[in-house]
Amino acid sequence: MSALTFAARDSATMLRREIKHSIRLLRLLIVSAIVVPVAMLLLFDYVLGGAIGQGLGAAARGAPYIDYLVAGILVMTVAGGCGPTAINVTMDMTGGFVDRIRTMAVTRGALLAGHVGVSVLRMLVATIAVTGVALLIGFRPKASVGDWFAVLGIIAAFAFALAWLSAAVGLVTKSVAGANGSTLPLSFLLPFLSSTFVPAGSMPAGVRWFAANQPFTAVVDSLRALLSGAPAGNTPHVALAWCAAIALVSYLWAQASFRRGTR
Amino acid sequence: MNAQTDHTPRTAVSVSGLRKAYGTKVVLDGVDLSIAQGEVFALLGPNGAGKTTIVRILSTLIPADAGIATVMGYDLRREAGAVRGVIGVTGQFSAVDDLLTGEENLLLMGRLLHLPSKERRARSSELLERFELVDAARQTPAGYSGGMKRRLDLAMTLMGRPRLIFLDEPTTGLDPRSRQTMWQIIRELVREGVTILLTTQYLEEADQLADRIAMLDQGRIVAEGTPAELKRLLPGAHIRLLFADAASLDKAARALSESTRDDEELVLRVPNERGIGSLRDLLARLGDDVAVEDLSIHTPDLEDVFFAVTGNAAKEKES
Repeated sequence: MSALTFAARDSATMLRREIKHSIRLLRLLIVSAIVVPVAMLLLFDYVLGGAIGQGLGAAARGAPYIDYLVAGILVMTVAGGCGPTAINVTMDMTGGFVDRIRTMAVTRGALLAGHVGVSVLRMLVATIAVTGVALLIGFRPKASVGDWFAVLGIIAAFAFALAWLSAAVGLVTKSVAGANGSTLPLSFLLPFLSSTFVPAGSMPAGVRWFAANQPFTAVVDSLRALLSGAPAGNTPHVALAWCAAIALVSYLWAQASFRRGTR
Repeated sequence: MNAQTDHTPRTAVSVSGLRKAYGTKVVLDGVDLSIAQGEVFALLGPNGAGKTTIVRILSTLIPADAGIATVMGYDLRREAGAVRGVIGVTGQFSAVDDLLTGEENLLLMGRLLHLPSKERRARSSELLERFELVDAARQTPAGYSGGMKRRLDLAMTLMGRPRLIFLDEPTTGLDPRSRQTMWQIIRELVREGVTILLTTQYLEEADQLADRIAMLDQGRIVAEGTPAELKRLLPGAHIRLLFADAASLDKAARALSESTRDDEELVLRVPNERGIGSLRDLLARLGDDVAVEDLSIHTPDLEDVFFAVTGNAAKEKES
């Protein structure tokens, strides 16, 4: 059998393993991947939405706040998947599984491919579920079929980038608690410092520049434009470029950390 | 040159000049080793002596800073992939998947070893049976005892029938009964012709299992040989004679020129290389006119040897 067949087989084996893990941890995952973002959606829409919606002005394009909010919540949903991915990778690292695999004639990238593949899968399932809830409570997107495909593509690319980043973080983190903590900036801080809930332009000067130019804003803005049927301009390209850059750097970082192992 | 192309070598592991340092901390300071096929070779030493580092280097986990090593005829540096195909490693901490059942853990290894599905199942149930894990096969290791986890770990290592197994402190932290079980398993593996490199800090374990032992201290091999050879290394395999007075001691010392005398205690220590044979010989040489108050035979155990070769530092650490 060729190296390529082995690589595919080993990756499939690791993918199966991770799917099994996800099923065993299903209740936990449902809470962190779906319940938390849905709670954010409800809190921001029902509780804070009135005031924020009024303050949005032209950015709302005359639609209710929920139509502005959902793009941000979807990005938060994707980012919420970072913690579990980093934790799973850290557990493999600290529990000796990575070392075990590294002493076997197993394709080098297979374990991480499994983690990243299932991570993306989890993030996509969660975004679909959260979108469903949003539609139930009054989200009215104006996207065309083509726009929807673009939305799916951008979310998948973003999920892929963040999954590699989480895997890399998980590889260099020494403990499970540390892995969770290390992903908090991704799943919590960066969304708030972007156009997830309010336009970057409404923020104080120092934060504004950062918020306007960071990847989360590029992704949120492109999704928001596509979902509301507004002209997206070059935002999808900027978003995809960010995703490609994050994915590439994280991939290289993760591969190097995996080769180094636990020392 | 031939060593690299001959893949059924008589030497399972050959290491020379192995060095490893982390920053300024030297962990391995020029280690030479040669392990024959089918042999149980024990690396014995206190914590921090470098045992685990040797295992990690030989199992391709970390690179050495210097030195040459071949494992089952493959060059460790250039043919790491081939090395991985013939070795099995069971580390100090059980590397089992806690979310999968015992059986799923074994089947996962089978898949990663690319065993056909029929063989995978057969091998896994065979190992579950052999390691007394049948009842626990459908449980996750969360509910396993330490000994069970260690057995599952070893079973996972054996899925691929490795020809060389690294066992890094296989019984550390186990209760005496689990330790006995582990020893039994290791002995069975040896009967099947597997070569084993074992690390341990238990002298008894090395004595019980190993054909040859290398004593490691601060990154150097300080003694090497069969357990018997090592015990003989110590100027401690001796017969101790106690005399009633200085005159008797004098007389005996003249008759036994190879002995060392202790005038204060009126004791003579005579090296004893041949056991009972030399005892008979010794008594004959003493003759009838020397009054011996007391006689005792001292056979050093590995512990004595270990302390002798590693110096007092190790002894202090131990106590």
